[in-house]
Amino acid sequence: MPSFAKRAAAAAALVVAIVVANAMLSEEGLFGFGVPRYWAHVLMLAGVNVILAVSLNLINGFTGQFSIGHAGFMAIGAYSSAYLTVYHAQAWERSLGGAVGETAAGVVVFLLAILVGAVVSGLAGLVVGVPSLRLRGDYLAIVTLGFAEIIRIVILNMDVVGGATGFTVPGETNFLWVGSFAVITILVVHNIVRSDTGRALISIREDELAAEAMGINSTRYKVLSFVIGSMFAGIAGALFGHYTKFLSTNDFTFLRSFEIIIMIVLGGMGSITGSVLGAVVITILPEFLRQLPAVGGYNLADLRLVIYSALLILIMLTRPQGVLGEREFGFNWLRRAQKRPEGDEAVGAGGGVPIDERPARTVANEAGGDAAGGGEKR
Amino acid sequence: MDTFVQQLINGLTVGSIYALIALGYTMVYGILRLINFAHGDVYMIGAFAGFFLAHGLGFAAEPSVVGLGVTLVGSMAVAAVIGMAIERFAYRPVRKYARMTTLITAIGVSLLIENLGVVIFGNAPRAFPGLMENQTYPLFGNAAISKTQLLIFGVSVALMLLLQWIIYHTKVGTAMRAVSFNLNSAKLMGINTDAIIVFTFALGSALAAAGGVLTAQYNPTIYPLMGIITGLKAFVAAVLGGIGNIPGAVLGGLLIGAAETLVVGYGQVVGIPSTYRDAVAFAILILVLLFRPAGLLGTTVQEKV
Repeated sequence: MPSFAKRAAAAAALVVAIVVANAMLSEEGLFGFGVPRYWAHVLMLAGVNVILAVSLNLINGFTGQFSIGHAGFMAIGAYSSAYLTVYHAQAWERSLGGAVGETAAGVVVFLLAILVGAVVSGLAGLVVGVPSLRLRGDYLAIVTLGFAEIIRIVILNMDVVGGATGFTVPGETNFLWVGSFAVITILVVHNIVRSDTGRALISIREDELAAEAMGINSTRYKVLSFVIGSMFAGIAGALFGHYTKFLSTNDFTFLRSFEIIIMIVLGGMGSITGSVLGAVVITILPEFLRQLPAVGGYNLADLRLVIYSALLILIMLTRPQGVLGEREFGFNWLRRAQKRPEGDEAVGAGGGVPIDERPARTVANEAGGDAAGGGEKR
Repeated sequence: MDTFVQQLINGLTVGSIYALIALGYTMVYGILRLINFAHGDVYMIGAFAGFFLAHGLGFAAEPSVVGLGVTLVGSMAVAAVIGMAIERFAYRPVRKYARMTTLITAIGVSLLIENLGVVIFGNAPRAFPGLMENQTYPLFGNAAISKTQLLIFGVSVALMLLLQWIIYHTKVGTAMRAVSFNLNSAKLMGINTDAIIVFTFALGSALAAAGGVLTAQYNPTIYPLMGIITGLKAFVAAVLGGIGNIPGAVLGGLLIGAAETLVVGYGQVVGIPSTYRDAVAFAILILVLLFRPAGLLGTTVQEKV
């Protein structure tokens, strides 16, 4: 099958899967087949967590900049989009509703609110990132943590979004939104990582000084990855806020940031599928623990944070690269058909014969040519 | 004027506790280049150890100087053992890995202690017994200093002088300085670096525990998550003074304490509500890292390729 048709088929299958999943997660179910409400709730949160984990992985896993303030950007996205839907959405929907119909107007306005959440978070990421990404390692970690706390305290003091009493938000999110944005996040991060920008990010992670020596403007790329990561955190926050219908700054403490970190560390920093896996496992794990019998008078679900943190230490002690490390699975269908460029041998390797007149390549002479080329360089 | 002096006294009281905790951060960082995230939680353990000692040995019922002393030293000993255990079982095995790994391990240890604390001690705050009769001495105007504040100043200064003596006038202190200068060279010179690292953790943890018991005398509410914010602020203090620099940690602690109290006291004047109290330390941290990353007393280290 030609690669385009394959990709289109995969995309169509994905859309169908999201629509079916949405129907099954909704109150009515799909022709009567539905997921119990409780599990639907868990799966929605898992979707939000996938967005958070994959976007944080772009910063922490691929760029190697250890941020522990992701919850702060999530909070910004949640509150800024909620501000729009609470104070302006009705008026906009009314003025739009006449032209395109009520449902479409609602969708457009909610999409707009999510995008505003993303943009505001991205701007915050820029403001935070430009100064702090000059710092390395531990310092960056602490500064991002500090910024996230400052963001939380500032929101706590803003009465227009409810302050300490919390903020009631209209609920618009269903799995159609969460699933689509999770897929978009994965695709965007995947494509960034496979692009030359992604190579630059990975080279910064591997050795920042060497990357700079190769002409990579490391500050620029670090800020870029930070801003993109923050934007998706903002999207996740917007979806989360409009799903839970109530925002409190307690949802965005650094414990939430740590939870996201545990997800990507578990799955493997530098693996997108790993983050997805980590996000799903960490979201569902407490629900499984809840069903296990109590141990020594404690319900295992109450011990979930103890288990997470012990798990975190255990992973670091035994497999610091995470379960998947940097490997991915099941992404082959996304890959573009690779065509080997012509004329990539070392200069002079062809003996001056024009490319068109050379004999067709075989595996054997290709391997031989590469080896010879390598030898010449050394 | 007297209000200002009062605010300053209160700020320096809090600040000297930050300083005690910051010393542990700075010593461990100086030797291992590791932010010991669990340090704030060791401070919490110190406070709880003091709580159980005071109740178990009956000092809570009748306040006495002996009781206070025993509680203080006992909780310092408990925390020292915990600190050594953390180093031995969590940090030493990952020391050979990348710094990111040790950082995540440190976060993991911190979360583990906090959540174990919640499970074991319960989430509800407890009231720490007063181990000394409190009394207030008027200074001038409305300004006054309490006996507890004097105790906090006295004990902190004594412990800092003791630390100074250990580091500069004992063999183990010389070894600590050698290890912090260059771990591998120190090893080549025959220093048992593992033992020195364990000793550093014990020392730092004991100081944090002293901070915990002293805080509990000043502000008697203790709870399992009390170490998070205090620990972070103490870390900021260490960075402000220049991480790895011992007098810097003390200076940073006092400055953070004073700044925080002054913001609470005078913030309204310039439009900063007192709820921004916890943001002050982080704002200071960000400014320090932007304008003087080495800290007030630190020296810049050139990165080697």
